[in-house]
Amino acid sequence: MLRTLTVTLSMALAAALPALPVLAQDGPLKIEITDGVTEPMAIAIPPFHGDAAVAQKIRGVVAADLTGTGLFREIAANAATAPGSFGEAIAYEDWRAVSAQALVSAEVTQAGDAISVKFRLYDVYAGQAQGDGMQFDARAGDWRRAAHKIADQIYARLTGEQPYFDSRVAFVQETGPKDARIKRIGVMDYDGQNILWMTDSASLVLAPQFSRDGRRLVYTSFDSGFPQIRVMEVATVTSRAMTQDANSMAFSPRFSPDGRWIAYSREQGGNTDIWLMDAASGAQRPLVQSPAIDTAPSFSPDGQRIVFESDRSGSPQLYVVGVGGGEPARISFGDGRYGSPAWSPKGDLIAFAKQVDERFHIATMRTDGSAEKTLTESFLDESPTWAPNGRVVMFTRVTPGGNGQPRLHSVDITGRNMRPLSLDFAASDPSWGPLMP
Amino acid sequence: MIAWTKPAAAVLLLTLAACAQPAPPVTQSAVVDPYASAGGGALYQGQLVGGTLGAEATPEYFNNTVGNTVLFAANQTALTAEARAILARQAQWLNTHTNFNAVVQGHAEETGTREYNLALGARRASAVQEYLIAQGVGSDRVRTLSFGKERPREVCSDEGCYAKNRRAVTVVSPAGAGS
Repeated sequence: MLRTLTVTLSMALAAALPALPVLAQDGPLKIEITDGVTEPMAIAIPPFHGDAAVAQKIRGVVAADLTGTGLFREIAANAATAPGSFGEAIAYEDWRAVSAQALVSAEVTQAGDAISVKFRLYDVYAGQAQGDGMQFDARAGDWRRAAHKIADQIYARLTGEQPYFDSRVAFVQETGPKDARIKRIGVMDYDGQNILWMTDSASLVLAPQFSRDGRRLVYTSFDSGFPQIRVMEVATVTSRAMTQDANSMAFSPRFSPDGRWIAYSREQGGNTDIWLMDAASGAQRPLVQSPAIDTAPSFSPDGQRIVFESDRSGSPQLYVVGVGGGEPARISFGDGRYGSPAWSPKGDLIAFAKQVDERFHIATMRTDGSAEKTLTESFLDESPTWAPNGRVVMFTRVTPGGNGQPRLHSVDITGRNMRPLSLDFAASDPSWGPLMP
Repeated sequence: MIAWTKPAAAVLLLTLAACAQPAPPVTQSAVVDPYASAGGGALYQGQLVGGTLGAEATPEYFNNTVGNTVLFAANQTALTAEARAILARQAQWLNTHTNFNAVVQGHAEETGTREYNLALGARRASAVQEYLIAQGVGSDRVRTLSFGKERPREVCSDEGCYAKNRRAVTVVSPAGAGS
């Protein structure tokens, strides 16, 4: 199902544009993403060159990816004289005059079902190219991925962070009235496009979670009448039951980073504990057992630890335990009820949902529980998931009332740039997959 | 066996008083099996395993007259006195109608995370299951299930609805009818 997208450094392109001497005294153009107020970088993205009909659509996606981060603002393409063709010299003075800091020039050509996109990024103030020119070859139907690849390159070069635009998100679509909701698992591009449906609406499904390689989803299904865990192969849209014990509910599953294990909640006699399952054989063993509710496990990126939610102290709080077992260590000590923890793929932070009085928040803390930082507030925010670069959190925001609906939103880990995902239906339980190769 | 015990009679009287429904028929003679081939019907050859005949032996009667739902306080799984009274009636009905099995569905209000509410609903369902078993209902006849916050009964977002959504619902169905 994953269509091939070849990425080739265009050596000819690089040769045609001899590197200019480095003029900047303070290194390459770069946005520092910090908690302080950041003025968005002004970037010019003039119309892409080339005869491909899809050229300006690609340009639009590149611009939307970059400005959607809140880290860039787009300078009107006609503010200064754009290069007349791809590779033509840049009128740096003109672009400096309109305060452009970066400029993108690109060309899209098409031959049958194949498109080819070349681009270059320029540092306007330094008056030089920033990084090599690159060429992406793709099938015409994959033009959005080609656009995301270009935007990823620009984002990575200008922020120094790993990118995340060429990635997918699994989610649950919600339709029907609130007391008889119909739920369906889908997979989409991170920006809500190219939706693929993974399940029909016949049975209730909850909280799909991507494997780190993006090939599988693990989720909770009521198709047997009781909540059980299933694994879906995304490419073939085939699923199989991993648990089938009607006397023991199984839910809230997540893959280990290497995909070999599934941590999940297992209920027996009303008590919910955390178990580990071999994803290949289905063999299961308990990891955290207590008379309290222990649920919502999430692995650290090295696969050695698990953060989870437990009410053993009297109210739901976050705890960390090694995958070998042992006594869990409580890490949350603030006011309120903590839940739905998600360990950042960078390993530095844990995102979670927090209920204080009657309000919900998405927040982050360091993995030892320090430096708690609140990112959002609403009637009901939950189920945070991390962008593959650990810079952005997507989550579910539910509006109150009989017509209340869940919507997916994202927010930067600085707490800025909160925005709803553009979807024309209600959705919940996002799981952000990996950056695609 | 045709049970006609005092409590059952009391329940029937309640039905009459509350709903003004026609009295459920109490058949004490041989039952005519309309599906038998003999002209005019035949004596029923099967065995009635407990259970009165008529309207009392229906899920509708259980749901509407016995009461299929008990409520819980916020974030609590303990049974209130009111809940125990309802469950005593449920247990009595189940002990009378032993050809029915039960699935107890636990539910939670919409505040709280999805995972926690699934576990909370399981706790509530289990509390009901334990109570029914303690009242003599066979443990193999009562299963539990949690829907967490996925199936609210009331859809508004205030305590008036939440109080009705923090519940455990006992769903009865004839033994062998699946689930």
